Amino acid sequence: MIYEASKIAVAVFLAFVGIVLGVSFFLGRKAQSAKGYYTAHGQVHWFINGVAFAGDYLSAASFLGICGMIAFYGYDGFLYSIGYLAGWIVALFVVAEPLKRLGRFTFADALDSKFNSRGIKIAAAISTLVVSIFYLIPQMVGAGTLVKPLLGFSHVQGVILVGVVVMLVVVMAGMVSTTWVQFIKGSLLVFFCTILTFMILGRGFSTKSPSGHDFQSLPLTAFDGRSDITVLPATGVWATKPYVRVSNNATGVVSVWRKEATSLTETQTVAAIVNAHTGKASKRVNGLPQGRGKGEGDLYPVGTVRKLPGDVSETGSLSFFRFFSTLQHSELLLWGNEKVTEKVGDESIETTVYFQKPTVGSKVLVAGASPTFSGLQNDKFWPKVDFLSLMLALFCGTASLPHILIRYYTVKDQSAVRKSTVVGIGSIGFFYVLTLFLGFGAMTGGTLDVTNSNMAAPLLARSFGELPFAIISAIAFTTVLGTVSGLIMAASGAVAHDLLTNVFKMELNDTSKVRAGKLVAACVGVIAMVLGVLFEKMNVNFLVGWAFSVAASANLPSLIMLLFWKRTTKQGITVAISVGMVSSLSWILLSAQAYKDVYGLDPASAITKFSQPAIVTIPLGFLTLVVVSLLTQRSAVSLPPLAASGQV
Amino acid sequence: MAADIANSENKSEDTVEDTSNDQRNARYGLLLFAVYFAFYGSFMAITLAAPKLMASESLGGMNVAIVFGFSLILAAIGLALVYMWLCSRRKSTGAGK
Repeated sequence: MIYEASKIAVAVFLAFVGIVLGVSFFLGRKAQSAKGYYTAHGQVHWFINGVAFAGDYLSAASFLGICGMIAFYGYDGFLYSIGYLAGWIVALFVVAEPLKRLGRFTFADALDSKFNSRGIKIAAAISTLVVSIFYLIPQMVGAGTLVKPLLGFSHVQGVILVGVVVMLVVVMAGMVSTTWVQFIKGSLLVFFCTILTFMILGRGFSTKSPSGHDFQSLPLTAFDGRSDITVLPATGVWATKPYVRVSNNATGVVSVWRKEATSLTETQTVAAIVNAHTGKASKRVNGLPQGRGKGEGDLYPVGTVRKLPGDVSETGSLSFFRFFSTLQHSELLLWGNEKVTEKVGDESIETTVYFQKPTVGSKVLVAGASPTFSGLQNDKFWPKVDFLSLMLALFCGTASLPHILIRYYTVKDQSAVRKSTVVGIGSIGFFYVLTLFLGFGAMTGGTLDVTNSNMAAPLLARSFGELPFAIISAIAFTTVLGTVSGLIMAASGAVAHDLLTNVFKMELNDTSKVRAGKLVAACVGVIAMVLGVLFEKMNVNFLVGWAFSVAASANLPSLIMLLFWKRTTKQGITVAISVGMVSSLSWILLSAQAYKDVYGLDPASAITKFSQPAIVTIPLGFLTLVVVSLLTQRSAVSLPPLAASGQV
Repeated sequence: MAADIANSENKSEDTVEDTSNDQRNARYGLLLFAVYFAFYGSFMAITLAAPKLMASESLGGMNVAIVFGFSLILAAIGLALVYMWLCSRRKSTGAGK
């Protein structure tokens, strides 16, 4: 879909960027020392830190990805909300306070506090880098997605813009500015999403399409005997597809209709054409060159209610309960898609046909409507394992994410850690309740771009006017800034503090350590930009699921066993981190999802039976640690587990 | 000198008290973790084994899946508050002694 930039949106966006950079510049002098740069001197107030937790954690995946997934598939997106929040239980009840007692700047400090081992430092630093970069990808993809409609920039320009602003934020004042950017972002996100939710409830549901285009459904014989059109023969790849292609004799425009049991339904098509001879690429939308001018075509916004209970056309404002009970008994118009690839002369054409899928509301209020979780509605074994594995990754992953863990060092003591985590859980939990309203509001608001689920939330806001759209888009942009700056800080600490200072024993004074951290931050920022461009088409939420799996598999077994098993050895921790990281990454790269979305291969030929590795690789991490620790007992000094000794 | 010794004894008592509080907090944490894990696990089990149960209507016309999902979020917030209260309670009891 083509988006037009709005002047209000540009103004709000620039104001946000100005505030963020201004705050960073102002706070720059407070981050001259290593302690200031990496941990904000450990003096952040617990409430500020708690909201900053929300700002750090509620990433592009939470806001754009979950809302988009709910808008396209319903309850399946909410499963991510549930899993993401559940992970905070592990963080609060098991790891938060011990980690504060053990560490200084980074997660590696805590893991290595008992052993002073080079191996642990290297493994933990590499794991931090890998997880941070994996997590950065969806954030940068989200950034590109947002800036496109907001400023009219291309995806690449959007990614570069975000990358540059974040690098400035981090380089100017490290954790001090990062904390304040995350605090501002967390507060704004929760506040304005609450307002948007009230607007959704106030509007209720309607069967009218705001775009004015009603998608047609015709009898099967509708095209028989008509002289103004020509039904194209179903030859080649079209022979086996359930579509009828119709050419308008006057204009030559070809439309595609889907054959259902008793009717022909209107579709939308996007054809990507590449001429093998000249190498020229072009795009046709609904049979016309894409554009808004004469003789050009664009996609219609979708996502409407077809039928409401009692056959009314509008419900008026709804209460919390009535919102869901009405949706449960409504009929919705969702959309599916199918790719058709053919070669015509010198041209190779990949046509994506988007077709109508009338769906009863009760189907989208339970799990299993999306391709990711479709196996939940049948008796197949592996899809159920995939679901369990993802939910396990989300549960175990939060407490293993480096950019979350470093925030435990920005407050003064354990009590502050506890209080700030509780504030974080409250803010994040409240936001996740809102995601269900935002997602279903977008699903039924008639504003969805059928090609891009990540745009669901900003486009929903646009249905309420330009100002809400401008504010929500700018907040979403700040959302990306907050999370990316946290991730870059984590990566910067891993390289400058863990590797350069502790492993390679480089003699860095306080100023040099800060300078090294800033340099690394700039390098990670550039890598993030490149990856953000390469992974443009992937759903950001799915990518985050992978990041959680790697984090949980590599970091959690070592952290838990260090705290609760006295026979844990340094070799056990080092090998467990390495095995957890390599096994989860390998699994992901050999999964059906990677075959389909990364390599463009047939997913059926993938080596692994399911995409999410956590259910295998987390236990593997624990097992590795136990086996290696038992094998290396002779070299280990017998010490009590940290949890029992009170060291934690 | 006497003041130094007294300070040192106080510090030692504080450390013992802190350690004792830390251990109690850790026990509370593990107990509450087990409670939530059981709740989360039952949600996954029902989603996998009895999806039709999730689709059935319950509170206020909402289905079980929605009610269960919201309950998990509210339970996380509720247990976090309980944990904070328990930890602060131990601390103040210790201070009172």
